[in-house]
Amino acid sequence: MEISLLMIITVVVYLIATAIFGYVGYKQTTSSSDFLVAGRKQHPVIMALSYGATFISTSAIVGFGGAAATMGMGMLWLTFLNIFVGIFIAFVYFGKRTRKMGHSLDAHTFPELMGRRYESRFIQGASGLLIFIFMPLYAGAVMIGGAVFLQQVFGINYETALLFFALITAIYVVFGGMKGVMYTDAFQGAIMFIGMAILLVFTYVKLGGVVTAHEHLTALSALVPDGMKAGGHQGWTSMPKFASPMWMSLVTTLVMGVGLGVLAQPQLSVRFMTVKSNKELNRAVIIGGIFILMMTGVAFTVGALTNVYFVEKYNMISLDVTKADPELLKAMDEGKILPAKQAPKPAAAEKAAPVTAVKQAAGAAGTAAVKAPAKKAIPDNIIPLYIAKAMPEWFTALFMVTLLAAAMSTLSSQFHTMGTAISRDFYEKGLNISSKNNLLINKIGTGIGIVFAVVVAWLLPKVIEGGSNIIAIGTSLFFGLCAAAFIPMYIGALYSKMVTRTAAISSFIIGSLTSLFWMAFFHTKESAALKICKFIFNKDTLATTPVLATLDPIVVALPVSFLVIIVVSLLTKKTGDKHLLKCFDGIKHIAAKTAKGGK
Amino acid sequence: MLGLEGTGVALAYIFTILATLLCIVYGWVNWNKGDEHETKEIKEELKWEEKDSKLAK
Repeated sequence: MEISLLMIITVVVYLIATAIFGYVGYKQTTSSSDFLVAGRKQHPVIMALSYGATFISTSAIVGFGGAAATMGMGMLWLTFLNIFVGIFIAFVYFGKRTRKMGHSLDAHTFPELMGRRYESRFIQGASGLLIFIFMPLYAGAVMIGGAVFLQQVFGINYETALLFFALITAIYVVFGGMKGVMYTDAFQGAIMFIGMAILLVFTYVKLGGVVTAHEHLTALSALVPDGMKAGGHQGWTSMPKFASPMWMSLVTTLVMGVGLGVLAQPQLSVRFMTVKSNKELNRAVIIGGIFILMMTGVAFTVGALTNVYFVEKYNMISLDVTKADPELLKAMDEGKILPAKQAPKPAAAEKAAPVTAVKQAAGAAGTAAVKAPAKKAIPDNIIPLYIAKAMPEWFTALFMVTLLAAAMSTLSSQFHTMGTAISRDFYEKGLNISSKNNLLINKIGTGIGIVFAVVVAWLLPKVIEGGSNIIAIGTSLFFGLCAAAFIPMYIGALYSKMVTRTAAISSFIIGSLTSLFWMAFFHTKESAALKICKFIFNKDTLATTPVLATLDPIVVALPVSFLVIIVVSLLTKKTGDKHLLKCFDGIKHIAAKTAKGGK
Repeated sequence: MLGLEGTGVALAYIFTILATLLCIVYGWVNWNKGDEHETKEIKEELKWEEKDSKLAK
């Protein structure tokens, strides 16, 4: 694709607007409270859009959209969890107490909230370190999502795209702090909403309406490649076969890993502390719910439907289009070569006919032989290719900015969280080193985090083989690790006076280690890439069955983490009533029980 | 249902929309509830702001 004047203008206008919002944040940042929790007085619309835009990255749209194009619309279970767990449960049952407790304990970051609730410098410092070490994996995945798109659109190299993202985002995070991050997030969220709404409408209209488009996708089940069929694929509008490798990957890694992991994302939880009362959270639930529906709901639906478009246009499913020679696709676009007709399987021939019938353009010069190309398919390229091929140029420009906005809004929060994790949580509190200028320490921490994340993003595609949903895996890995390390401790902090400091520490350590152990030695997708198992045991995984090899770490580590926190709580000394009263001040039910000395 | 072959996928599609409706209804019903900006919180904020300005110096 060539760079048009329209694209350049769109991007420049977007960057100027981002810079203005970042500058407003910078001017309004006068204290560490402003820098860390945006002064605790944010408007619900800004909070909800910021939460949503941080939650949804380019990886959710490009990476997971590509996964939906591969695995089908079963990915919508993730959208359901994104809305029900990621917004409703998170805001109503976690957000309100987090806000109130954060206020009572004067906590400015998620690790600080946990550390103060359990009166443990270790928890704050170790949580900060865990975030700082592993968040770059997620940030790397986000940057890859954006970089792949920029590669497609501008034809620039991967390294340039990475530096572009990191540099622009770093500037407003370092200077604008949380206010800069939230204002730009809200602006970027609004762009994302418009872009995705147009994409949904355009796709359904192009494919003949909601039900017709779905019917055409259903009819394509005959075209599922044999390899995918063997993996459990049963068509793009059916769930994969129960307990098959594809089902395990879809349900345990993508749906559960990300769907549940969202509850303990430090960069999201801290946003609950940026509003002044529960009223703001109640109002933000509406905006958050609609926003997420329009993000992952649209990405997964359109992702799967790209198959209908590509089969109609090139007679290839989306995965095959990513393997095809770009020159061949261009020749087909121009009508110089006609797509070869794939022979549908007999049983499905009648159903598949409407979509596989290739229009024979007048004066055609020949027919493209659609052989199984030698190149590996890259699911991450499907959405960018669909936008480039199916959408009008004005929309390509808008969508490019949508993806830039999605990547930058997530990245800015990741940089901010990594910065505060290493500076405030690990350096200042964990190591107990006091500093005269903690704002400066924050900025240095952010700078180190950014460099680390860029290096990871540069290395990831080299370490993990292409075509393995690298963006989706990077994201779900971090979500899964956070779930095992933080969810039991977080629920205990907000809802129970029984959970002890020792139990929280034990759950954090054992949950994290179990998750990492399972990634390194059992879950083949990561263990093969990490090569630790290969080095020690000379094989990619210790799993003896396909089910074990595809069972996501969250399914193992989260229950273990819960078990540990319950058992250790029963065996160790309870937290003092005085501290609990302070923690649960204003959280009526538990505070009242504690005051009465109830157990 | 809805042109979708598998019940699992059709349910996911419907539940997704229902979850969004739940968020809308909840927010609508509780629009003006939860305003608890008490005197105590104002005092706490003043205390933190003083602390912040000291640290900033």
